[in-house]
Amino acid sequence: MADTTPEALQGVVIVAPISTSWLELLARRSEAVVIPFGAFIVGMAIFSLFLLFLGKSPIDLVNLMVKGGFGNWFSIQNSLQRAAPLLLTALCVALPARLGLVVIGGEGAVVLGGVAAAAAAVPLLGAPYVVVIGAMAIAGMAAGGLWIGIVGALRHYRAVNETISSLLMAYIAIALMNHFVEGPLRDPASLNKPSTYPIGKDYMIGNIPGMDVHWGLVAGIVACIVSWVLIEKTAFGFAARIAGGNVRAAQIQGLAVGKLIVGFTALAGAFAGLAGMIEVGAVQGSANASLAAGYGYTGILVAFLARHNPLAIIPVAILLGGIDASGGLIQRRMDLPDATVLVLQGLLFIVILFSETLYGRFKLFNPDLWLRNRQ
Amino acid sequence: MSINEGSDSSLKTLRSAEAPRKPGAIGLEAAGMTMRFGSFTALDNVSIKVPAGSFHALLGENGAGKSTLVKCIMGFYHPTAGQIVIGGHEVAIDSPRDASALGLGMVYQHFTLVPSLTGAENLVISREHVPGVIDWSVERKALAAFMETMPFKLPLDVPVRSLAAGEKQKLEIVKQLYLGRNFLVLDEPTSVLTPGEASEVLGLVRGMTQRGEITVLMISHKFHEVTAFADEITVLRRGKLAGSGRVKDLTTRDMAGMMIGDVPLAALDSRLAVAPDAKPILSVKALSAPDRSGLKTIRIADLNVRSGEIVGIAGISGNGQKEFVEVLAGQRKKTAGDIRVKAAPYAATRGETRENNVRFIPEEPLQNACAPKMTVAENLAFRTFDVGQGGKPATWIDGRSIKKYAAHLVGAFKVKTASLASPISALSGGNVQRAVLARELTGEVDLLICSNPCFGLDFSAVAEIRARIMKARNAGAAVLLLSEDLDELLELSDRILVMSDGVLVYETPIATANVMTIGEHMAGHH
Repeated sequence: MADTTPEALQGVVIVAPISTSWLELLARRSEAVVIPFGAFIVGMAIFSLFLLFLGKSPIDLVNLMVKGGFGNWFSIQNSLQRAAPLLLTALCVALPARLGLVVIGGEGAVVLGGVAAAAAAVPLLGAPYVVVIGAMAIAGMAAGGLWIGIVGALRHYRAVNETISSLLMAYIAIALMNHFVEGPLRDPASLNKPSTYPIGKDYMIGNIPGMDVHWGLVAGIVACIVSWVLIEKTAFGFAARIAGGNVRAAQIQGLAVGKLIVGFTALAGAFAGLAGMIEVGAVQGSANASLAAGYGYTGILVAFLARHNPLAIIPVAILLGGIDASGGLIQRRMDLPDATVLVLQGLLFIVILFSETLYGRFKLFNPDLWLRNRQ
Repeated sequence: MSINEGSDSSLKTLRSAEAPRKPGAIGLEAAGMTMRFGSFTALDNVSIKVPAGSFHALLGENGAGKSTLVKCIMGFYHPTAGQIVIGGHEVAIDSPRDASALGLGMVYQHFTLVPSLTGAENLVISREHVPGVIDWSVERKALAAFMETMPFKLPLDVPVRSLAAGEKQKLEIVKQLYLGRNFLVLDEPTSVLTPGEASEVLGLVRGMTQRGEITVLMISHKFHEVTAFADEITVLRRGKLAGSGRVKDLTTRDMAGMMIGDVPLAALDSRLAVAPDAKPILSVKALSAPDRSGLKTIRIADLNVRSGEIVGIAGISGNGQKEFVEVLAGQRKKTAGDIRVKAAPYAATRGETRENNVRFIPEEPLQNACAPKMTVAENLAFRTFDVGQGGKPATWIDGRSIKKYAAHLVGAFKVKTASLASPISALSGGNVQRAVLARELTGEVDLLICSNPCFGLDFSAVAEIRARIMKARNAGAAVLLLSEDLDELLELSDRILVMSDGVLVYETPIATANVMTIGEHMAGHH
């Protein structure tokens, strides 16, 4: 067996060149940037047609979007703040996607993560800050991880379609949240908006120094980087990519596909649960129905636009956060209905799904068509 | 006797409505056929002459241009240059519809019948003009009269899925004749048939050509079929005409020479004797597992594969071979029984495969052994990515040593790839299989499990893969070879077993192996 390990090959004459030319690498990499970007432009163009039919100017829209999302320091901070949960909920889609699973129920992990975090914080109030925040994070991640981990386990051991089960589990999660915040965990003082007991000002997650953005943004960015390293640089991630690329090939190699699937889905759920915990700890101060604000669903769009690459999730989440942030301004200035941003997001999503069929069709991005075969 | 001489009047109406043309075989001549795709020339000035009533074989390796030529003739492609002459007149074939109007028909390698419909229904719906309401009593009568004129007897009233492979292939041919075609292109028509079925079908087709009813152009890989049934051959190599001639003037060696050119084929190592005290490496006892449909069970009572021997398992596709391999590979759960490798229980975990040096060469490697979108280098690293310095489990992926290792394997196994960073799906079938061989046969191999390892591959790839399997055997590996290709089993095996209906029903040492006996057991007579 010894001679199958790479280091045993040292001293062996290398027959084929191992380096990849920068041109080839550029061609291969740019496809995953150009196609989603092109799809984004096409989506905006179609949306512009809608606006023209309504007698509105698409140019105004773009101007307002840039202004509302990134026009000044205030709007940039607003966009970043909105991007923070999207980073984590997008990971809840992207990580299982690398294993070939389409999980769309991150919303469920968000709300349960929020409820679990609030429930963990209340009995600990009075303990040191770090203890309470730590307990909240662990509880939130455990709840989210359990929830999406169940989806993965159902998929592997009982062959239940993960897309359907995660969506249905999200509805169950929202019902559970309503039960807890209106029942066992309800603060009697919360009258018209049933909530858990507030965790109190002293235990709130603060802002990044010098910014009006809470630490959730940092947590999200760190989670994206960690996920990228996990997938691209570790043996565990490599095994997951094999299983995602072809489960039969992974089984023939003796890889424990079940553990990979449950592990990755649980980690994905944990990130979404963390998003819920941050929403409670940094924004709401308690768990309530506002947790189900659709971050889980927007995360799906972010992950697909980013081609399930955790590093690409960072700019895409900020872009979508910006569109979200400019929504209010667009509605007011252009006199458009509330659902405008949702329509735009839906359009973008459909165009992105269509663009999936374009991969491998352009000779420019496919060096195998213009490089000469070599032995 | 021709198909158009049926006495039934309704049949005559049907025929004339379809395509009014003369009965009997037609000759075809294609001259100077050239087909370019961008800068790539798939077919370069190829001429072929198929006289009326002849049985012509078109030979060539994968990618030699056989399908391109046939697709030009059938109107699927518009050739860049070249003329087609049918019955002395130059014709323009712009679409498959034109081809069928001229009486040209094609039978594909894989079945194109609708499995849930009966033979009669399949025939009727294949017509170009099917009436909105079908009068089945009239159609049945017409069909019965038509079948009278056929040399094949086929049950037309049962769903096609319950027909045997040979019957389905006959029905495919009957369908072409029913549609009034009198020049048939057969694309590897016997690849899914048993030896008995293959010679029966080809014999009947040959009879029809001899009676002048049809002309046949057959694409084939199998020399014994060509020598037994064809009159003439045309050989293509890399898009060019490599030779042609009458079969009786040529030896198999001549034909192989035309097909592969001057490239020497990998020769099999001579077979070392199996040591009498060779240890059993794989032993399977009282194994049972559900099959694909979940309705049947495969049962392997007792199977041992010893070090240094190749045990071949023959069987018609769908008799449980796939499921058996899946159990051994950890892709399917067994319901009972005992699998041992080197006397220790074996459940196909990564630790066990690695410790016992168990390797797999499955059929259709892209679907079964590769992650198609991952790169060539990554696919070659599947066995080794989690092994670090000194054989310890690795946490981090070392991209550079993965590439270095891949470069070494690509060179050593002559895998043709544009780059190590190409997705493995960009490689040709033979090169994907070479890459899988490189991965699986590097290092010590104690147990090698192969399933149709040469399915769909070209000549030189096949010779090389068989040579490598034999080499592994001679180096002491126990080899379990499941194959639907009897020639392959006879060439490589030390013992041959036959699997039928999920059970091993017959065993013979290679010295006493007889094709007809094996064929009978494959077909369920035991």
